[in-house]
Amino acid sequence: MKKLFWLLPLLFFAGLLALMGGNLGKPTEAVIVSHMIGKPVPAFAFEGTAGAEGLSRADLSAGGPPVLVNVFASWCLPCAVEAKQLQALADKGATLHGIAVRDTADNVARFLGKHGNPFSRIGLDTQGRMMLALGASGVPETYVIDGKGIIRFQHLGEIRAEHVPILLAQLEKAK
Amino acid sequence: MKALLLALLLLLPAPMLAADPVAIADVPLEDPAAEARAKALMLELRCLTCQNQAIIDSNAPQAQTMRVEVRERISAGEDPEEIRAWFVERYGDWVSFVPPARTDTALLWAAPFLFLVLGGLLLMRRIKR
Repeated sequence: MKKLFWLLPLLFFAGLLALMGGNLGKPTEAVIVSHMIGKPVPAFAFEGTAGAEGLSRADLSAGGPPVLVNVFASWCLPCAVEAKQLQALADKGATLHGIAVRDTADNVARFLGKHGNPFSRIGLDTQGRMMLALGASGVPETYVIDGKGIIRFQHLGEIRAEHVPILLAQLEKAK
Repeated sequence: MKALLLALLLLLPAPMLAADPVAIADVPLEDPAAEARAKALMLELRCLTCQNQAIIDSNAPQAQTMRVEVRERISAGEDPEEIRAWFVERYGDWVSFVPPARTDTALLWAAPFLFLVLGGLLLMRRIKR
């Protein structure tokens, strides 16, 4: 019995080693989900750009059907990748609004000219403040916002083909 | 030589030529006392892009935006703890390097003292022997 007692630290060490070894090679980057889900969109109002009208909280809480709000930027590469899926969502009847973060009117217009413009309204957030307001941790991100202006769902990163049905379902759920 | 350099430049992948985010004013506040308060908070807020780095020394665009937000709120007279709470409301406890003092974190805060007591007890037993 006494012998076993002395083995305890060794066992503890072996356990620690197994735990650390098992975590080697695992990505350490945490996915930071917005804690704003279920809460109303904070007050904001941005000028329009690229020929589209601007976007404000009033537009999102007017009582219409749920919409998708896509946070994008012309300098963001995954945003160019997801452009096709945004168009697919628009083609399936979803209303999309864009918020261009830390961007210029010229660059946004060029970006949309090249990759297509699926947005009904586009707000130009030159300082990127909307990312903090929404609890976004990167670009691009897409939010489902219901007719009362409540954030219902957050999609982190670019939208790939397999995410389109998920977002459509979330839009339906937010009705 | 010039032609060679140009040829090398063309070999660069396109992403490297992508435009950078628009620069925003990321400068210290004029009032040194306010700047000190802002800096103290920036040391304790975590960058979302380069995780495990504080926003004070991160070059990520979003850390820059967060610094601007902190400085603006400080100069508007907001309390640093209020600003921290504002960030926690959006990103959870994760965004702050200082763990909150709540009942579910009581063990974390009490652990050093528990270990101290344990060590003291062991030491006492040894001395008595």
